[in-house]
Amino acid sequence: MKILVCISKAPDTTTKIAFTDNNTKFAADAVQWIINPYDEWYALVRAIELKEKDASAVIHLVTVGEADAEPVIRKALALGGDEAIRINASSQDSYYIASQIAEVAKQGAYDLILTGKETIDYNGSCIGGMVAELLNLPYVSLATKLLLNGSNAVITREIEGGEEVCDVALPVLVSCQKGMAEARIPNMRGIMAARTRPLKVVEPVAADNLTSIVSFELPPAKAGVKLVPADNPAELVRLLHEEAKVF
Amino acid sequence: MSVLIFIDQSEGHIKKASLEALSYGVKVAENLGVGAEGVALGSASEDLAALGQYGVKKIYHVNKATFNHLDAQAFTSVIAEVAQSSGAKVIIFSNNVDGKAIAPGLSVKLKAALVSGAVALPDTANGFVVKKTVFSGKAFANISLNTDVKIIALNPNSYPVSATGSGTAEVVSFDVKTDATKVKVTAVNKVEGEVPLSEADIVVSGGRGLKGPENWGMIEELAKLLGAATACSRPVADAHWRPHHEHVGQTGLAIAPNLYIAIGISGAIQHLAGVNRSKTIVVINKDPEAPFFKAADYGIVGDAFGVVPKLIEEIKKVKGVA
Ligand SMILES: Cc1cc2nc3c(=O)[nH]c(=O)nc-3n(C[C@H](O)[C@H](O)[C@H](O)COP(=O)(O)OP(=O)(O)OC[C@H]3O[C@@H](n4cnc5c(N)ncnc54)[C@H](O)[C@@H]3O)c2cc1C
Ligand SMILES: Nc1ncnc2c1ncn2[C@@H]1O[C@H](COP(=O)(O)O)[C@@H](O)[C@H]1O
Repeated sequence: MKILVCISKAPDTTTKIAFTDNNTKFAADAVQWIINPYDEWYALVRAIELKEKDASAVIHLVTVGEADAEPVIRKALALGGDEAIRINASSQDSYYIASQIAEVAKQGAYDLILTGKETIDYNGSCIGGMVAELLNLPYVSLATKLLLNGSNAVITREIEGGEEVCDVALPVLVSCQKGMAEARIPNMRGIMAARTRPLKVVEPVAADNLTSIVSFELPPAKAGVKLVPADNPAELVRLLHEEAKVF
Repeated sequence: MSVLIFIDQSEGHIKKASLEALSYGVKVAENLGVGAEGVALGSASEDLAALGQYGVKKIYHVNKATFNHLDAQAFTSVIAEVAQSSGAKVIIFSNNVDGKAIAPGLSVKLKAALVSGAVALPDTANGFVVKKTVFSGKAFANISLNTDVKIIALNPNSYPVSATGSGTAEVVSFDVKTDATKVKVTAVNKVEGEVPLSEADIVVSGGRGLKGPENWGMIEELAKLLGAATACSRPVADAHWRPHHEHVGQTGLAIAPNLYIAIGISGAIQHLAGVNRSKTIVVINKDPEAPFFKAADYGIVGDAFGVVPKLIEEIKKVKGVA
């Protein structure tokens, strides 16, 4: 069993979002980078849980990013994983990133490729589906559970207003979200062990960027809250009914 | 040349989000001066021809029961066939569960630029630029699509459904070579009788301020009265006070209802990330300093256990419920 987990760096969830260069660049200077929460909590931890049940399983991590992605992929390696690959490139275009991951994936002949549901910065929810198509693999998105049954995966995924269970033969690409795995934190032993685990840096292959970011903007500021006294909920109901017209 | 819109009916009915995408796609077509067509997969659950009222002229129907459940890879390949044979230049999805599964694969298959999470019509004054949400709704990016064929996945609740067209759509049955699906659906579990959170116009949400699961009665009563779905903050779901699928926020579901009522929720940035696209936000919290008030349109500083029952009584009066 060979598992590839796609790891992206993301700005810490409390980061103040601001832009520079005439609103064309994210102000990343003071940003604390973390592992994209879906990648860490769900994709990576589920891979680790699977390895705990099957010691012969091998977990590789892959990230597309420049040197500033290194601490993040190291932290992921400290949680678990046998080897990490950093593809030395930076792009905000999903097709470009997916093309890089697909190249690494082809060479590794993985049974299972896991991504997070989405990155919390550019929120594409695209990479998984693109990598799957580039590799001609089935794609199960928004998974909340993943079990292995011989050479098949039994996956529970979100549908509108519920969930469904599906069965698919490996290899498969799965995007992971809440429900997948139990939370865990890296321990000192993991962090020490990770130092000796290999982190390979490879150069990107040629690939197109299909999109480009023209500019960013912040949402217009809210007008400010209208407070209603606690003893007068009738006034709130009136405002919602007559002013906001929401019911 | 045309705009092709994916009609999402794989779960038994045409979803509201899909009607939004349909209305949006018809408008995109109108702005480009081309026709709008639809594509539906699987046995038709509703009268497809009636979708003409949204302005779509023609619908390709791939009427095979194999496609009654989503298999992203197979759907991608079918829609690619339809898009190629119909000469679609822009392909529209809702950025909902099915759209997120299919659009990325289609982007690869057609080598067509994709923008997911779109919130506005394309700006074609200078190229083809679409505004989308980034940083979990905390900002927007204007994305230029730099290929001949383009794909847009529209965020739910960001474009109104408009039934302005007249007449019926011509439904053309479309036969495809693709028949096998690799993903076999073995069970479907839907929460019956409740409004699905992702489709709800009104959401009533509770946080840790409610102290325990036994106090959710008033939340449910308020939701029922308003025809709303219920939601919760992450610690509430983590503590198993409420089911996991109700968790909204950065790591839960992102929603954008017309009205979001937050009760006993502090308004942490990770929570706001999932609800800040709501049109109107009401906050009930006993702490005047709770950060949620900064993101709210209306608020009451007060004890939920005193305020909510009174609120329920007042809404009953307005709704004429005894
Ligand atoms: C990486 C990361 C991701 C996260 N993702 C999410 C996410 O997706 N969703 C999410 O919700 N959280 C998320 N969190 C957690 C988030 O930071 C907050 O801890 C959480 O939202 C707090 O939940 P709460 O508001 O219910 O509880 P609290 O912060 O404990 O707030 C309770 C509120 O209730 C009020 N209150 C108490 N009693 C009453 C009363 N009687 N009447 C009225 N008001 C009362 C209090 O004044 C307080 O404001 C995430 C955190 C991290 C680090
Ligand atoms: N630069 C990257 N390197 C490796 N994996 C990535 C990268 N960007 C995104 N991913 C993976 O793809 C998932 C979906 O990302 P996105 O399509 O950007 O929302 C993430 O949760 C990651 O698992």
